[in-house]
Amino acid sequence: MQPFLSNTANSEPAQPQSPDWLRRPVINSTVAKVAHDNKDTMPKIALRDVNFFYGMSQALSKVNIEIPIKQVTAFIGPSGCGKSTLLRCLNRLNDLIEGAHIEGKILLDGMDIYSPHVDVTDLRKRVGMVFQRSNPFPKPIYDNIAYGPRLQGVRSRSTLDDIVEESLKGAGLWEEVKDRLHESALGLSGGQQQRLCIARALAVKPDVLLMDEPCSALDPIATAKIEELLFDLKKELTVVIVTHNMQQAARVSDHTGFFLMGELVEFSDTKTIFTTPRDSRTEDYVTGRFG
Amino acid sequence: MASGDLFVWASGAGLAIALLMVVGLLVLIMANGMGFFWIDDVVELTLRDGKRVMGQLAGREIIPNSVTPGSPQGQGRIRMKIGNRDLYGLDFKWVDEAKTASKAFPHDAVLLERREWGNMYGRIKAIYKGDMPSSEGGELGWKTLLPLVEQANALHAQIYKIEKVEIGEINAEIERSRLKIRSLELRTPPSQGSHGPTLDRLKATISLADARYQEKTEALEKLYARFNEYTVVMVDANGQEKRLPVGQIVRALRPNELSTPVKVGLYLGNVWKVLTDEPREANTEGGIFPAIFGTVMMVIIMSIAVVPFGVLAALYLREYAKQGTIVRLVRIAVNNLAGVPSIVYGVFGLGFFVYVIGGSIDALFFPEALPSPTFGTGGILWASLTLALLTVPVVIVATEEGLASVPRDFREGSMALGATKLETMVRVILPCALPGILTGLILAIARAAGEVAPLMLTGVVKLAPTLPVDSAWPFFHLDRKFMHLGFHIYDVGFQSPNVEAAKPMVYVTTLVLILVVVILNLTAITLRNHLRKKYAGSAV
Repeated sequence: MQPFLSNTANSEPAQPQSPDWLRRPVINSTVAKVAHDNKDTMPKIALRDVNFFYGMSQALSKVNIEIPIKQVTAFIGPSGCGKSTLLRCLNRLNDLIEGAHIEGKILLDGMDIYSPHVDVTDLRKRVGMVFQRSNPFPKPIYDNIAYGPRLQGVRSRSTLDDIVEESLKGAGLWEEVKDRLHESALGLSGGQQQRLCIARALAVKPDVLLMDEPCSALDPIATAKIEELLFDLKKELTVVIVTHNMQQAARVSDHTGFFLMGELVEFSDTKTIFTTPRDSRTEDYVTGRFG
Repeated sequence: MASGDLFVWASGAGLAIALLMVVGLLVLIMANGMGFFWIDDVVELTLRDGKRVMGQLAGREIIPNSVTPGSPQGQGRIRMKIGNRDLYGLDFKWVDEAKTASKAFPHDAVLLERREWGNMYGRIKAIYKGDMPSSEGGELGWKTLLPLVEQANALHAQIYKIEKVEIGEINAEIERSRLKIRSLELRTPPSQGSHGPTLDRLKATISLADARYQEKTEALEKLYARFNEYTVVMVDANGQEKRLPVGQIVRALRPNELSTPVKVGLYLGNVWKVLTDEPREANTEGGIFPAIFGTVMMVIIMSIAVVPFGVLAALYLREYAKQGTIVRLVRIAVNNLAGVPSIVYGVFGLGFFVYVIGGSIDALFFPEALPSPTFGTGGILWASLTLALLTVPVVIVATEEGLASVPRDFREGSMALGATKLETMVRVILPCALPGILTGLILAIARAAGEVAPLMLTGVVKLAPTLPVDSAWPFFHLDRKFMHLGFHIYDVGFQSPNVEAAKPMVYVTTLVLILVVVILNLTAITLRNHLRKKYAGSAV
């Protein structure tokens, strides 16, 4: 079924457009209605029939997910299954890639983030991101954290001091670095650098935090620290995490999506995925039969 | 063999030869240049025919066709620096060893460094005050001469100050007022009535300045009279007499009486003099300070011009332009520009900067000075810009490499925090690429400091009366012509009336040019290493 659909999408680009046009008002009104009716059950992010292409090759096909608010959602799947691509669609970081384009809709609080009225930099302030490799800027720790607020025009030293302290505390790094805020961030250990990146993302006060395999380069102790952190973070934020490590997904997430070949095979609460998956491919993957 | 021994040896030999050439070059220049400052003893040779030759040894060689089967050693001959150019017309003389009878180092031999005509070697016969003899004989004359020379040097400093600084300022003021009057006339032709009080005020300024000029000239005349009050009569080795005013003498020495420590002191003093003095005698004597100053200033202006241009161009090429055939072609073209012969840039600089831009500036802003050009002639600004054009490809290539080496993670990290492309560029990418940019600047400096050909067309002169920076407003005179070490080498070595006497100066200037380039480069390299430490990762 799915290959057939993606084939049509490739050969006749107009076709997937037209049902999309037809459906759009329906979705909008539903979302609006949901927003009025019950704020808690409304998804933070909703993906509607998202297709994504790198040039001619399709990386995501017909993805539909509703990511619930203030919970941790994990994406798992083998390498190249499109889970990182999907994550990078959520803050439009894929815009930077030449020749890439997206179809379908991604709604953040009911607003289409790919609509021409959206200010991409605003979106990225609301949707923070932590990368696979920690990438602190070659600047002092303080300036790393203050980078985002300064972009937004915060100049006052005391405000910045507060933001830096709050963010570092939020990332559980304050105690370790409070005496050397003005030393280079590159002098920190790998785990500390990754938590610094989390703190840097927190400093712009996002609603959503995207994490792209944040622990893949870290040792088990640093990994455990970040996993602990996730439990605190989800009190305030919606977290979407991509991971190769299924135990990690099982430990930290409330919901899990399993991806294969650019297709969302199954999306459900984490317990169901790991104990009683509906799809046999999911079962094969989580039990370690492939991948 | 299969293990590549031969290749290792070959590559090692290649490196050794390269090093040998560089070391050889440095040794040659140092040996020839450093010797220039040493004061040799004065030799007096007595020839078999009874004639005498006095001077300093300047080398020895085997007479080329004297080596015969009969005398395999051949005949030697000595090269003497005999000075006294006003008497002999030559500075150097070859003396066959076979013809010399004896050799002596007379203690009363005097070496006079003069403001004109080069060195004089001889003995003091008498000193005159006006036409009256004041002291006779070698010893007494020597004792009288030394304080007189000191006095004369003090007077010379006063004269120099009046001529160069004070009269210079008066002239500049007159010129400014004259130009103001001219520009008034240009704006309202004289037929349309008077220019009123402004014109009168300017004319009053000029006549005041003229009066001050007269005063200064009178003061100068008095000083010159004192300057030439005393004269010394010298005799050369063969008894020929020469009378010269003490004011002509820069320094009087009896080299054969000097101890080694004193000579070392004089040596260091000579080094300092060359580095800080102005040239004399068609550049063959005196110092090279204006050339050092011009070189350094030109390189600095060039750097200020080339870095922004090169960096902006590289930013566009790497960050904004759509990568494709056109950008590739542009890149190839930029790389090829670095290989264009520098004289081509000189021609372009003359045609574009000097004539088109300079000419337009003159027409727009300095019409009162026409037909004499202000910016419409070669000057340090145009020379620097021409060199900036010459070196901009180097900066572009190095900056592009620097930009390419900034990890994509930094870009994405910055963008993910809501930074725009410009903010990311300014706050993250450029600081990280700074070491690369500085590498480009280092290469640019190395190339620019050594270029001479384009400068000859765009503003270098053999003798600039003033430095491009002085105390007169606006302090930096970018329209002025300047001196340059590279051109100085060419000029002293090939264009001076006395090439043989100028040879040591060529080596000294070469040595200084190399030092200046090394110092400029070391400064940039230190800066780069500092930035590398600041921006490059140390851990992980």
